[in-house]
Amino acid sequence: MAYFIQQLINGLTLGAIYGLIAIGYTMVYGIIGMINFAHGEIYMIGAFISVITFLVLQAAGIGFVPLILVVMLIASMLFTAVYGWSVERVAYRPLRRAPRLAALISAIGMSIALQNYVQLTQGARVKALAPIISGGVTLFEQDGFAVRLSFLQIFIIILTMALMAGFSYLIDRTPLGRQQRACEQDRTMASLVGVNVDRTISTTFVMGAALAAVAGMMVTLYYGVVDFFIGFLAGVKAFTAAVLGGIGSLPGAMLGGLLIGLIEAFWSAYFSIEYKDVAAFSILVLVLIFRPTGLLGKPEIEKV
Amino acid sequence: MLKIEGVHTFYGQIEALKGVDLHIGKGEIVTLIGANGAGKSTLLMTVFGNPKCRKGRIVYEGQDITGVPAHEIVRLGIAQSPEGRRIFPRMTVYENLQMGALPTDGSTFEADIREVFDLFPRLEERRNQRGGTLSGGEQQMLAIGRAMMSKPRLLLLDEPSLGLAPLVVRQIFEIIKKINEKGVTVFLVEQNAFHALKLAHRGYVMVNGSITLTGTGRELLANPEIRAAYLEGGH
Repeated sequence: MAYFIQQLINGLTLGAIYGLIAIGYTMVYGIIGMINFAHGEIYMIGAFISVITFLVLQAAGIGFVPLILVVMLIASMLFTAVYGWSVERVAYRPLRRAPRLAALISAIGMSIALQNYVQLTQGARVKALAPIISGGVTLFEQDGFAVRLSFLQIFIIILTMALMAGFSYLIDRTPLGRQQRACEQDRTMASLVGVNVDRTISTTFVMGAALAAVAGMMVTLYYGVVDFFIGFLAGVKAFTAAVLGGIGSLPGAMLGGLLIGLIEAFWSAYFSIEYKDVAAFSILVLVLIFRPTGLLGKPEIEKV
Repeated sequence: MLKIEGVHTFYGQIEALKGVDLHIGKGEIVTLIGANGAGKSTLLMTVFGNPKCRKGRIVYEGQDITGVPAHEIVRLGIAQSPEGRRIFPRMTVYENLQMGALPTDGSTFEADIREVFDLFPRLEERRNQRGGTLSGGEQQMLAIGRAMMSKPRLLLLDEPSLGLAPLVVRQIFEIIKKINEKGVTVFLVEQNAFHALKLAHRGYVMVNGSITLTGTGRELLANPEIRAAYLEGGH
């Protein structure tokens, strides 16, 4: 039982991170109907920017942990958002009226370009980071197994929940969110009522990138290592999460992220850690075969 | 108020509008009638620059608006209830109306929505229902209501009677008249020529992307060609 609860905690932490990345996939899909395959790289860039920010702060002699975290968070969100905006501007907007396949290829090209760009500028070697948030609490002990909840895990879960709540509010209740939903539901009509569609799409990329940056920062803190290739696997997993939850659905992305995190944690714990990726991707295959609209996805209906 | 001068619009290689000229005066109800596929809806969309016209100009209140992006047009005071109504299906009636109010500064929102609810009491009853679950008539009311929320001076209506029961059609046309009486100029595209011509001050007839006839509503209604082509036999 203790072991189970420990894995539950680990799975939720991981799932929170996947969920944050998955939101970017699902929002972009909702609004322009394509999978932004460069989104994993955006997350990787977010992780790098948080490392760089940390090193800069360290060099400046700042040691106050809450301040470090806040600055890391803001810097990575801000700079990564610029990358997200640029990706849309450079790789997708010129192809807005082109066939979907063209945009897809452009996305894959963007992903390779960003990976190589980071590899060239930051080097191919793994960057390691000393733990910033250490310590934790022992929840209970059973048969010599202690269930630990680290402060870092608390930080990750609470920050994710706050971001997701804020984000849902933004989409459901604010004029900006309403404009995004309008573009998602009928882009032509949105422009007729006065929505600047191009700008709304840009905003969507910026928001998705900012959330991916938070995920990147969390992973940096959680695992303490980053390299230029982490975007690929995390990206594909978050994509799986978005599909599992129902691509285009915001609560779906959050739910899908949590489920993928939990599946991975439990699979690693009870079966084999080597095959945890296989478990996650088998889910993708099964969902695509048996429930292509995902758990919370909506089937396409149109009233004439 | 709106002048369309020699407008040619293409879909790829196909010329959908072949040099259309028409004008709409302030305070008028002008109707454009014609068969399915004549290019009526294309003309309304061309006013919004989507698709763009390849030749000709569109002048609104003395200003050339050819090439102005769609989302700016509504800010100039032109609103459209488009072909197929295009309600945002997964937004509530209220949210759809909020979307309509986007070009305004929001200071008169409560009064504006009151006005729309007075025109269409049905929408108030359904305010929290999703657009996609409304009946066809209710969706049409919502499409017009949404357009009214931007406080337009010129309202473009694309086939508001399409697919509606005769009783609802009559209701909608009465409301269009009321809207016009409030000082909004109306450009009404219709296949239902009888109702449209009865309501309109002036009308144009479009055939295959060109204007073939024009006159007052009464003149066109009495024209034997029009009667044969659009009025007799089921309309």
